[in-house]
This record gives sequence, structure tokens and C-alpha cells, in this order.
Amino acid sequence: MSRGRARGVAFTVGAAITLAFIAVALLATFWTPCDPTAISIVDKLQLPGRHHWFGTDQLGRDTLSLIMAGARNTVGVAFVSVIIGLSVGVPLGLIAAARRGLTDEIVMRGNDLIFAFPSLLLAILITAVLGPGAVNAIIAIGVFNIPVFARVVRAGALTLWTRDYTLAAQVAGKSRARISVEHILPNLAGVLIVQGTIQFSLGVIAEAGLSYVGLGAQPPTPSWGRMLNEAQSLTALDPLLALFPGFAVVLLVLGLNLVGDGFRPRQGADR
Amino acid sequence: MSADAIPPSAAIPPSAAGTPILSIESLCVTLQSARVLDQVSLSVSPGEILGLVGASGSGKSMTALSIMQLLPAGARTSGAVRLQGRLLTGMSEPELRGVRGRHIGMVFQEPMTALNPLMRIGDQVAETVKLHLPVSAAQAAEAARGALDRVGLSAADVALDRYSYELSGGQRQRVAIAMATVLRPSLLIADEPTTALDARAQAQILRLLQEFARSHAQAVILVSHDLAVISQVTDRIAVMEGGKIVEQLSSRDLMRGVHHPYTEALLAAARLAPKRASPDRRDSAPVLEVRGLVREYPGRRRSLWRRPPPFRAVDGVSLTVHAGETIGLVGESGSGKSSLLRTILALDQPQSGEIRVLGERFSMASRGSLSRLRRSIQVVLQDPYGSFDPLWPVERLVAEPYHALDVPPGAAERRVNVATALEQVGLSPADARRYPHEFSGGQRQRIAIARALILKPSVIAFDEAVSALDVLVRAQILELLAELAQRLRLAYLFVSHDLNVVESIADRVYVMQRGRIVEEGPTETVFGSPQHAYTKELLAATPRIGEPYL
Repeated sequence: MSRGRARGVAFTVGAAITLAFIAVALLATFWTPCDPTAISIVDKLQLPGRHHWFGTDQLGRDTLSLIMAGARNTVGVAFVSVIIGLSVGVPLGLIAAARRGLTDEIVMRGNDLIFAFPSLLLAILITAVLGPGAVNAIIAIGVFNIPVFARVVRAGALTLWTRDYTLAAQVAGKSRARISVEHILPNLAGVLIVQGTIQFSLGVIAEAGLSYVGLGAQPPTPSWGRMLNEAQSLTALDPLLALFPGFAVVLLVLGLNLVGDGFRPRQGADR
Repeated sequence: MSADAIPPSAAIPPSAAGTPILSIESLCVTLQSARVLDQVSLSVSPGEILGLVGASGSGKSMTALSIMQLLPAGARTSGAVRLQGRLLTGMSEPELRGVRGRHIGMVFQEPMTALNPLMRIGDQVAETVKLHLPVSAAQAAEAARGALDRVGLSAADVALDRYSYELSGGQRQRVAIAMATVLRPSLLIADEPTTALDARAQAQILRLLQEFARSHAQAVILVSHDLAVISQVTDRIAVMEGGKIVEQLSSRDLMRGVHHPYTEALLAAARLAPKRASPDRRDSAPVLEVRGLVREYPGRRRSLWRRPPPFRAVDGVSLTVHAGETIGLVGESGSGKSSLLRTILALDQPQSGEIRVLGERFSMASRGSLSRLRRSIQVVLQDPYGSFDPLWPVERLVAEPYHALDVPPGAAERRVNVATALEQVGLSPADARRYPHEFSGGQRQRIAIARALILKPSVIAFDEAVSALDVLVRAQILELLAELAQRLRLAYLFVSHDLNVVESIADRVYVMQRGRIVEEGPTETVFGSPQHAYTKELLAATPRIGEPYL
């Protein structure tokens, strides 16, 4: 029906945006139009033009190259922190649901503990203690992804454990760990993809936030958050300087959310 | 009574005697270019109970929904539905909302999902009143109390501030009926209201529906796939097949004369013949022996200092299954049947007692013993939809029990064995590559049986294995089971709350109540001359075609 098609279009647009950013991020590891770290004061604060499509900043660096290299940094940090959340949170959620009892209590109360802290504040704390930098930003954001995935997986797994097929597998002599891997986890794939894209987009915002306050990737590594920070004092001189990195964050987050939304109806389709 | 303050269906003048409360004229419904209802014409008079019977997918529920004008989006309708002369088809949504609940009440199959678990039941019943009448909260609560009293839930039993999850299935269904009848609607539609309930709760609900029609001269439509239920409480029966009404007859005439072939088929399926006396197998070797089994669950903690007394779900049960024998285990929900089965299947550790499989005393602690048990006992579960991982193809599903073998067969041998098992249950070997969602409920139950057969076990346990199937399919599956037992010399432990089904398949029966076996013996003896009061009560509450009931 028409609603289904509208969702399909949204998903396609979101996927196109997301894939475009990932492609740019990958491309930036090999090639950018100019060296994003090359300073050339004579070319400072140029408007978009033939040589510099997005113009240049106060130090004469090419904004397009900075955005591209920033994409690599942001996408990388957000992606790896989702992987951290998945690889620790999913097993924790599966174990909690499979064993219940004390194990469940310990895992879930541990999650509550992490959830109880305002996430960005604690991320700032972690990076302040461990020192600023991309790796520590990954750790800080990744830690908060762990309880999110653990909860989602536990909730989904508890429902699946009430299904008769888990009982049939037990009668076949399969251990709870094996059933978790063979029956529970594959049936949660859809939920995990949706949650993964949401955490990815939150990771993008978190990374931008951390580097905005100077706790993310350190100069000279380009990053969208720091570009925004630097552009702030120059808004009167060159408003475009803030526009490009800001727009990049918004567009990528929008794309990821559209992808996440698009997955939902399909997930609901199989009974 | 306080609820009498509410006049029956006030907005519409009481219809003159003889004019039907509901009339449907050549109703057709098309859904996604498929005709789901085809020229359906019906009428129900005041005080009459009309039974709507047919297999799943025959259009019974669709008819009920189209009376309420609650069809799924995209449905196209033609024909007319009139309630006391007022045309419902083509009415605007706000007008319809004034009719639903006020003039037509509806009760659904699943009492758990029909009630809001976060609302006190009194508020839920009162909500219907407040939606339709300008009454104060106190008046609405009073009306709710009255409605609950009328369905037999007195203030002493069920206070208004209870929640639905605190009630039993039968009580919940009575709350649902109270909600549907609190405003004294002129028509009550009950869609499979007793399918999820056991015999005694079913009898109570059916009695209630009868009372509703008789004493208030209101019309009732009872939708069910079970002709045994329908024939016992209705005045008239409409038989549906493929979206059409193939026959309408008086309930009294059901046992007389010749009917439409489809009605005859339903009738035959609903009147399960008791099993023909089979040779006594009690002298053959026992394949499963249970002695003094006790299974306790930890009780709910009420005090911080004292450990709560455990709840005994299975209380010293002993039973024996001989080779090739079919054992029926009957009892209501909550009697401990499922706990017993879980313990026998070694999913739970018993607190005491012993289980012997093929003479060997079984212990959960020993891996070898556990794997020999797994090989000897397999299970078929109730829910044909939940029994299979939707992501696995049939071949992998059917072969899953091979995990219990120390050396599982190779891929080629496995494929051959799966094909054999599928053929044994009447499916094609080509079905092995398909996925569960491609099969109907009955076919899925066949797949579940194939999965139970693959290890060539000596005993198969059935946990309400035919309860979710409609009568025609149920008859086919029961026939298949009887044939397999004979051919493969299988023993069955058949757990069910449906006494008709157990009578048709079991050689011997155990009756379970509150964790204990209260009666046992050959099926004919137990069903023919029950000794224990509980068995008598269960039998009396089981509807059978052509026998007095209620």
C-alpha cells in the first residue's frame, strides 16, 4: 500500500545518504581533494569556488577535504563504538536471558549503574581521565552502547524463550548457550540492526559533541565537532564555516534514522 | 439491582415481537481481491442464540467483525447489516462508535489480551458505561458491580480493584462478558469465547451466555469451530464454508435428517468415536515408569525473614506407559500436567521420585543417561506456530533432535531420514526445503510429529497437541497418530484437557488434580463409570453432541 511504499522510499533515501557518507569516509582514507592539514594563510576564509568547492577556513585549509577527513573520523568512532556495544552487550543480554536468576540480576543491575549516569557527562569524564583522543572517545561512547544492546537483546530473548521451539531444542538435548546462538540470536537480527543504526547515529552526535569540547580526536586530525567549535568565533565573518560541518552531522544522523525506521516494518512482518 | 438503572438499549426503541434484532442481507466482503464473505444472509431474533460454525478461514470471524463494521482497512463491502431496523452499513465512524458497546457487545477468544493488564477490572467495566452514558463515576462503578454480579463474580470473590492478571482464565472471560453486557446491548457477539478455557470454565461461560439470551430477551451470536459446543447451547446453527453460509438449521434438527456434506463432515469430526478396545498391553514391558515424582517450585516470598513454603506442582505422581500403549493424562489447567511433563522430559529436576526409561533409572546428572532419555522420549507441543524457529527450513527443524545422538548421521543419511519421516506424517519429501510459514496449522503439527519421529523413540509425549487445531484438522491428526502408533508400535503419553479427544485415542487414562493422580484405569472404565468426584465433574462439563449438557 501507499504507506508501505512511503516507508520504502524513506529507507532508500536514508540508505543512500548513509552509504554516501561511508563511501566518502572510505575514500578519505586514500584521497582528499587537498591535504586537510595543509595550512595556507593566503587562502584563508575563501568562499566556495572552483578550487575549493566548500571554501576554506581561517587557516586556509580546504573545507571539503576537512569534511571528508572528518567523516572518516566520525564514522570510524561511531562504528567501532557500536561494535564494542554489540560484542559485549549482546552476549551479556543472551546470558542474562538464558540463565535468569542471579546472573540476570547482576548483569541488569550493572547495566542500570551505567544507565544511571548522564551519558555525555560520563563520556567527558572518561576522556578527561584517560586523556582526549579518538581512541578514548571510542571507549567512552562504546561503554554506553553496552547496556543498550544488553537490554534490547535480553528483552527480545526472554520473549523468544517462551516460544515452543526453544523447548523443542531443549528436548533435543541442546544446551541453553547453544540454543541462544542457534535460535535466539538469529531471530533478534532485525532488532539488532535497528538498534545498531540508532546507536550509530547517537554515536555520531556524541563524537561531534566530544570533539566540540575538545575531548575527541586531537588536532591536526580533522573532526566535525572541532570544526564547529572553531567556526563559532568566526560566525560573523564566515557563517558558511559552521554550516558545512553542522549540515554533515544532521544529514548523516537523518540518514541513519531513516534506515532504522525503514527496517522496523520488515521486522514486524514475520509474525 | 443497581445496574437496572440502565435501560436496555435505550436509544433504539424496543423492536416489536418477531422482528429480528439483527438482519444481514446478502453481505459480500472483498479483501485484497479475495471474496471472504459471499452473499451472507442471517437474522437473529430477541432471546435467540445463533451458532456460527465452520473451519478456520470459513468467514465466521469476518462475519462477526462486519456486523461491528470493524473490517480491516481496504475491505470492500456490499449488502446490508441492520440492527433493529437501523442500517449499520454506511454509517459514519462516530455513529458506529455510539452503537458498538452500547447496542452490540463483543467477547473475544483470548481473555488475557482482551483486558488491559494495567487497569483495575472495575474501571474497565465502568469505562464502557462512561463512554456511552452521562453518568457519575460512582454510578458507573455501581453499574460495573452489577454487571460483574450478573456474570457470577460477586464482590466477595472479585473486588473491583483487582487486576486481570490476578484472575483465572474463566474469571477473565467473565469480566470480558461483563464489559460487553454492562449496557444491556441488544446483541452480544461471542467469538470462540471458550476455546482457550478448560471444561468447567467453558460450561460456566456457556451457561452465562444462555442466561443472557433467555432472561433479557437479547440476541446472541456464538462463533465456534466446535460443533459439540454449538449444538449444546444454540437455538439455530448457520454453517459456513469458504465465506458462504452453506446451511442454516435448527439445533434440534442437527441429529436428524440429512445435511449438507460439509455439515456432515463437521458433525463427524466433532463426534470423535471412542477408541476401539485394543489389546491390553499392561503385560508388555514398560517403556516409561514414573514413581512418586515430586516437583516443587519456590513459593512467593512474603516475609524477609522466613523462606516461603514451596509450591508443589507435582505431588507424588506415579504412572506407567507400556510399549505400544497410549496413555491419556487429563486435568484442568493448573493441575500440574505440564510440570509433570517437563520433569519427565528432563527439562526440570524433580525434588524426589524416580523416572525409569526402558527399565533404566534416569538421572539428570549423568550425561549418558540424559542422552539415552532424549533418544527414547520425544515431544509434540501445543502451538503449531510457536513450535518452529521461523528462520529454519523444515529439513533442519525435523533433524534437530539428532543433536541428542553421540554420532549424528551424515548429511546424505539425514536427508533420507527426514524425507522418510515427512512421508510417514503425510507430507512430501520436497517439503523439506520449505519454511514453516508456508504451512497451515495442521501441516505444521505434522512437521512437529515428523520431528518427534526422527529418532525412532519409544515414547512420544503430546502436550495439548491438537487443542489449537480446528475440528476437521484435529480429526485428521488423531487418525494419523492412531495409524502411526499401530505401525511403528509407539507409546504415547497424551496430555490434554479435552476429554473427547482423550477418549478417542487413549487406552488408559490418568486423571490429575492439584498435582496428584486422583483416578486411573482403562479409558472405558474411567469414562463409563467414573469413581472420583473430580472425574465426574470433568465429564459432566464436557459437551458432547446429542447428550444432555449444562
